[in-house]
Amino acid sequence: MLRLSKLTRVALGIVVLSILFFMYTPLMVLILNSFNESQISGWPIDNFSTKWWEFARSYQPIRDALLNSVLVATGAMVIASVLGTLVAFAMKGFSFFGRGTVNILVVLPIALPGVVTGVAFSNTYSNFLTPMGFNIGYFGMIVAHSTFCIVMVFNNVFARLRRMNPNLQEASADLGAGLWQTFRLVTFPQFRTSFAAGALLAFALSFDEVVVTIFTAPPGVDTLPLWILKEVGRPNQASVVNVVATVVILLSLIPVYISQRLARAQEDE
Amino acid sequence: MSTKSIYKGSRPISSFLLRKPKVRLISLLSLPMTWIVGVYIVSLFLLLITAFWNVDPFTSRVRPGFTLENFILIFTVPAYIATSIRTLFIALSVTAICVLLAVPLGIYMAKIANPRLRNFLAVAITLPLWAGYLVKIIAMRLVFTEEGFFNWFMAPFGIRGPGFSIPIVILTLTYLWFPYMALPVYTAIRQIPPNLFDASSDMGAKGFTTVYRVVIPLIVPAIIAGSVFTFSLSLGDYLAARFTGGATQMIGSIIAANINLNPPVAAAYSMIPIAFVVIYLMVARRTGSLERM
Repeated sequence: MLRLSKLTRVALGIVVLSILFFMYTPLMVLILNSFNESQISGWPIDNFSTKWWEFARSYQPIRDALLNSVLVATGAMVIASVLGTLVAFAMKGFSFFGRGTVNILVVLPIALPGVVTGVAFSNTYSNFLTPMGFNIGYFGMIVAHSTFCIVMVFNNVFARLRRMNPNLQEASADLGAGLWQTFRLVTFPQFRTSFAAGALLAFALSFDEVVVTIFTAPPGVDTLPLWILKEVGRPNQASVVNVVATVVILLSLIPVYISQRLARAQEDE
Repeated sequence: MSTKSIYKGSRPISSFLLRKPKVRLISLLSLPMTWIVGVYIVSLFLLLITAFWNVDPFTSRVRPGFTLENFILIFTVPAYIATSIRTLFIALSVTAICVLLAVPLGIYMAKIANPRLRNFLAVAITLPLWAGYLVKIIAMRLVFTEEGFFNWFMAPFGIRGPGFSIPIVILTLTYLWFPYMALPVYTAIRQIPPNLFDASSDMGAKGFTTVYRVVIPLIVPAIIAGSVFTFSLSLGDYLAARFTGGATQMIGSIIAANINLNPPVAAAYSMIPIAFVVIYLMVARRTGSLERM
């Protein structure tokens, strides 16, 4: 046992409480401010009302931004799911020269600072593709998001594949099933929960992302975080920003929550 | 089920692929590697090339060529050097504060809290990670604004916040990346065999001595693994500085400000965070900490 005096234990407890206070106060202040009747956010809040929530619900730019966020996150999720799963299968089934490099390549888009990734894409799009007569537009945003979302699907699927029994696939092949049939009937049912969990995390990651989006979104197109970014400097609508920020918190936490539940369900199997 | 499929040659593609694992590997990897290399690595490489280009002063268009001017600019203009040093200082401070908070938290979770409290704390520390990056910056802005929560909370003690400045940027970045340090440190402390604590206390070490002489040396790899995140994520950040830093500029601020005005300078300056991160990763790798990530 680690022997600590009573005083030390109390002191540690206070440190832990302070950390929790530090981590949750800003979020609480933000969420409560979305119900602030005043236009200017602050503390303490004098009058509560849902007026900014009602305003946000019918405000067209916010609806457009929400739609864009969902579209981009869905596109990134679909592409990243396919690519991440392919890499996971390659890494699981084979030991090959350059395995470590493949691993680094998958992690790199998320390991390098967002501003570097964003600037790299933006530079390619506007200084190389556009002069060549190819305007990538809206799809450029989805391409960028897909690239850094691959790692989420890869991590989840790879972790599951490593714990799977390879004999089942061989048995399936011995019984005459083709590769696709084996995948569909034997392999996929075994990792689909992890696959779904990884896809949801990819969705959440894309939904929340802003730095790469700044540099890759075509002019006039906003995602929700991008809309927040542009509005936060303007003082007259501060409370609407808090409403949208609260929506972003909820919409990123829901996929993560479901993903955690799926992961737990898989462990129980 | 039909017996037809047993006969050799009835599934030409499958049996071909089964006999040729190399072809199988290549067909698995070709699509994702074409994507990552073709889209991302090529973009990084083009960025490096752009760093040697210049901007036509008349049309203000990017002009291919070869010049070291952009790199010379970065290493000679005092404002750029100051920004690099400031950014490095901020990233190191964030990492140091994260360690100072993560160690007591980890000790409390692993050694004092009962299992229920421990699980609760583990969830409580992880959850904000997913609450939204920009949202958390905006939240910190609300807390430290002039009429914000901090000044209200501290008013009875006669303390006023410093306003948006470097210390608030450091706090905001700590707030953003703390879970990346807290979780590996907690896991590492939990994995220390309990008999080491018994041995230490049998030999007369008090709690603090045990923490200092036994716990800390054993969790160094976890601290390095966590610091890879806290350090490199802080190093490349610029929105925290933009919204909670007042006039504070970081490397990212300069890259972002230049990408439309002068892409070659932005490209050259991007190489600085890449270099910092790569050097840091190499140092971390030498200590063998990366296997724990």
